[in-house]
Amino acid sequence: MDGLKRGSAAIVGVAESDLGQVADGMSVVDLMAQGTRRALDDCGLSLKDIDGLFCATAQSRLSVLGLAEYLGIDPKFIGSTIVGGSSFEFHVAHAMGAIALGLCNVALIAYGSTQRTIGRKQASMREVNPYETPFKPFLPSSAYALAASRHMHQFGTTREQLAAVAVAARQWALLNPAAWEKKPLSIADVLSSRMVSYPFTVRDCCLVTDGGGAIIVTSAERAKSLKKPPAYVLGCGHSVTHANITSMPDLTATGALTSGKAAYAMAGLGPADIDAVELYDAFTINTILFLEDLGFCKKGEGGAFVSDGRIAPGGSLAVNTNGGGLSYCHPGMYGLLLLIEAVRQLRGECGARQVKDCEVAMAHGNGGVLSSQATVILGAPATL
Amino acid sequence: MPSIQNSPLKTYLDHLSRGELAYQFSPEAGRAVFYPRVICPFTGSAKLEWRVSKGLGTVYATTVVHPAEGKPFNVALIDCDEGFRLMSRVEDIAPEAVRIGQRVRFRVHTPSGDDPYPVFTPAEGA
Repeated sequence: MDGLKRGSAAIVGVAESDLGQVADGMSVVDLMAQGTRRALDDCGLSLKDIDGLFCATAQSRLSVLGLAEYLGIDPKFIGSTIVGGSSFEFHVAHAMGAIALGLCNVALIAYGSTQRTIGRKQASMREVNPYETPFKPFLPSSAYALAASRHMHQFGTTREQLAAVAVAARQWALLNPAAWEKKPLSIADVLSSRMVSYPFTVRDCCLVTDGGGAIIVTSAERAKSLKKPPAYVLGCGHSVTHANITSMPDLTATGALTSGKAAYAMAGLGPADIDAVELYDAFTINTILFLEDLGFCKKGEGGAFVSDGRIAPGGSLAVNTNGGGLSYCHPGMYGLLLLIEAVRQLRGECGARQVKDCEVAMAHGNGGVLSSQATVILGAPATL
Repeated sequence: MPSIQNSPLKTYLDHLSRGELAYQFSPEAGRAVFYPRVICPFTGSAKLEWRVSKGLGTVYATTVVHPAEGKPFNVALIDCDEGFRLMSRVEDIAPEAVRIGQRVRFRVHTPSGDDPYPVFTPAEGA
């Protein structure tokens, strides 16, 4: 991203809050605070060090105020950009800029959702769009299904290839003790599950869970003296192409083309340099679209690229190593969890799912209905 | 920019209640604008003309929604011949029979007690 300097900031602390189905009565800010405590413990900083505060949630209109109050801090810099699941990838770039300008030095980025406990309808405000609502699209699923219909039409992508994304995610999830899903999944299972919005069955769609977490970003200078190896922010990029699916110019070409290009340019890296790829898999088509638009394969070839175990454990590219939104956890806006997994892969903390010699990891967030895209490329200390 | 007497939505709905599918045309951009707005997204100009579509279009994308209760139904994006896209559904055929590239024709649907909205029906050869 123009104006940001490669490696000038780093993610130094990461933690999930409780995930899956959390205790009754937990609030989104309880989850953010739990993530904060754990992320502080992860890096050795304390609450009084935090002078930059970022958060986003669909369940609280003024969430950054709620979190500041809860933590008892009056931060020098705040940000509450909310553009759906990619919000936190945007926050990383904004925190990096604020740190570079001296507006803050230690930024906390937090998220929480109790959508499973309270129900999806209660968890997000219903918006009426007079040009879409009358047709009763099941949103967001139907918007992504429309994109999938175009991909299938233009490139011959099949339902089996979409299902291969869900199967690979499940195989990764089975290696992650924190994952929601615990049982194997086959392509036949995906295809024969309950249809939601053609071509998607419920297994092509992300989970509906509670969850959240926090990450801590600071300057490269300060990062050096903390508990664990910093995950340096090597590149960032973003793009907003539309809000409603009707206004997306080409349903097979996402803003990841723009966000990826900007992130690669800033990092001085390309797709071949990325060891672990964490993509926002709200639906199976997402993984295919983003692998294409981020340059891991050619446009139209994503269906073949994800087949035959190529993105599963032991495959040619490690994609969504935590099990993804499809099988690990999807608390409404999943983007923060992508960053957490990318950092853990760089630190070598991932146990059975650890990617060997992982030095560069990508977290790519998606928000709305393919509307907002943000790419963050992180590197281990050796990449600086 | 003068104050606005009729919202873009009201003008659009007034056309629909007369059986017309209206859209805007930006003379400075030389292209259609949809959904209706107060300024043109291509030029920023407030100069937008209202036009009435001939009502013919092509299915750009399609899905079949399977609700928890009730029958499956179609949701489609339609590219109208005048160069704008809208969300709608194709009626008179099974929802899963709707095909990308299929030619379709507009008609008004008026739900009881609610605003009218545009739907489409197959228009082979049109």
